[in-house]
Amino acid sequence: MDAILFYAAAALAVVSALVVIGQKNPIYSAFALIVTLCSLSVIFALLGSPFIAVLQVIVYAGAIMVLFLFVLMLLNVKSEADAPGRGTRTLGAVAVALVALLVAQAGAVLVRAEPGPAPAFDASTRRMAEILFSPQFLYVFEATSILILAALVGAITLAKKDL
Amino acid sequence: MDHPSFVQHAVLLSLVLFGLGTLGVFLRRNVITVLMSIELMLNGANLAFVAFSRAAGTLDGQVLVFFVMVVAAAEAAVGLAIVIALHRHKDTLDVDAFNVMRG
Amino acid sequence: MTPSPLVQELILAAVKVAVIIGALQGLFSLMTWIERRVLAFMQFRLGPNRTGPFGILQPVADGIKLFFKEEVMPAAANKWAFLAAPVVAVTTSFLAVAVLPYGPPFTLPRLEFLPSWLSWLWPEWLWGRSVQLQIAAIDVGLLFIFAITALGVYGVVLAGWAANNKYSLIGGLRSSAQMFSYELSLGLSFVGVIMLAGSFQIGDIVNSQAARAGGWFLGWNCFVQLPAFLVYFAAATAEVARTPFDLPEGETELVAGFHTEYSSMRFALIQMAEYINMITVAVLATNLFLGGWHSGIPWVASEGLLGFVFWGGKVAVLLFVFIWLRGTLPRFRYDQLMHFGWKVLIPVAAVWILVTATGVALKGR
Repeated sequence: MDAILFYAAAALAVVSALVVIGQKNPIYSAFALIVTLCSLSVIFALLGSPFIAVLQVIVYAGAIMVLFLFVLMLLNVKSEADAPGRGTRTLGAVAVALVALLVAQAGAVLVRAEPGPAPAFDASTRRMAEILFSPQFLYVFEATSILILAALVGAITLAKKDL
Repeated sequence: MDHPSFVQHAVLLSLVLFGLGTLGVFLRRNVITVLMSIELMLNGANLAFVAFSRAAGTLDGQVLVFFVMVVAAAEAAVGLAIVIALHRHKDTLDVDAFNVMRG
Repeated sequence: MTPSPLVQELILAAVKVAVIIGALQGLFSLMTWIERRVLAFMQFRLGPNRTGPFGILQPVADGIKLFFKEEVMPAAANKWAFLAAPVVAVTTSFLAVAVLPYGPPFTLPRLEFLPSWLSWLWPEWLWGRSVQLQIAAIDVGLLFIFAITALGVYGVVLAGWAANNKYSLIGGLRSSAQMFSYELSLGLSFVGVIMLAGSFQIGDIVNSQAARAGGWFLGWNCFVQLPAFLVYFAAATAEVARTPFDLPEGETELVAGFHTEYSSMRFALIQMAEYINMITVAVLATNLFLGGWHSGIPWVASEGLLGFVFWGGKVAVLLFVFIWLRGTLPRFRYDQLMHFGWKVLIPVAAVWILVTATGVALKGR
């Protein structure tokens, strides 16, 4: 039962990722990316992290992609007009070959590896909070809140009309 | 969820997603699509973190995913603000059009 | 012939889904009629009273009319997005239904007297079983609701963009901006409740309210967390785009906002999504703040059917308050709406979280 869900979500993620990088209209790419993010959330839940799964939908699919869609719709972005030139095609072929090589090598290693038993796992939110607020990660946690504040101020300043 | 090969296949999926994201960054000419491909790469990395966190039985990978998500959100916000400023300046979103600093 | 526990759970889940979705759709039709009658009485007129006794068949008549209306799609509209938008809206509305409890846990009666030609309807593994009308009691229930609310924005955005109409686009962008602005204060208002209950599961939150103040209604979260309840109610009203925050769909604003180009059944789907959102928000308020199915009086037990009565009564009161607000308050202007959401509700909610956290840290729960 879990296996069917995992492989279906993985297939959906790959197909929509292909749509993201292949589609000419960027709004279709954005919606395909939302589908990818939601299927990744399903995979996170199957890998035993419900908190990260829900956070993925709330933050990525629910906030960041809304931001992308707003910018796309407000700037009225059209589809890419021309076919890529010869330089881009060569670069593309080289990039595809390299990526395929990487995936094939990793795949070969992973298929041969022995799966050990997965240890017992307590991925509850309480446990996550205990780690996040422990001395190991507390400073990083507070620093990210300052980072978000800086990003907020920066984004507003950059997007203002009368800079 | 206790199926051990989930972890391996998840790592493979994360590699595939990262590779597709890289292809998107190289091959697409619209700035926003390039940003979306970067988000795809970040998600591939998140998946690898979660998969290894599952295999090791600790939660450190998931905590790192939490921080990666926060940083990705900040980066998307600032990146899109820059895109808006660029669009206002040149009225196009083609990557090849912003070549003032070449050479 | 007893099926395995997994199949038992699946059958029970399927029955729960059928019951809850059927009840919600029935409630949606009833709400359209109730809203029109109650609003009419508040405005000193009668409302629909022709079709059937007291006009109770008005939703049926509306349904038949919408069924036979012509479905118009603008020629320049994006066909797939136009078709997908109502689907996305309805899907996210109904997804949020899955983790809410719709009443107390009750034990199924042991109907041993059934003759053999009926006894397959009530098999042995159902006798005396304790069930609750909650489809999925997941650990992160409340966060799941928050996630589905975040996804609900896309139905609106997709509808506004697909129609290729500038009024629709602006209406859709404004409406979705309103939705995710108030989502923040909605989420922040939950945090105090979660801190007091110590869990994200909605069932735990309901039971924690009964355990407080000896079972009296003064222990409910609406009194203990009054600012959070007020913030929640304001944010929820804005989230489902009800008056006074119904700028996206007010008849005099931007034609009809994001659903300008939708007619007939697609429009009915979008309306259904909105009403189901409203019912979900009312059910959530009942469970989180008004003590769920508990009676509020320590000696009145609230198991089984009596619990349903209390729970249903509270939800009905909240739905009536929604209609009452619609009949009473004028509409917010868009900038006033944004100001209220960002500069009033979020600071109030954040300060209240600080107060609650200090209280919990000093006194325990």
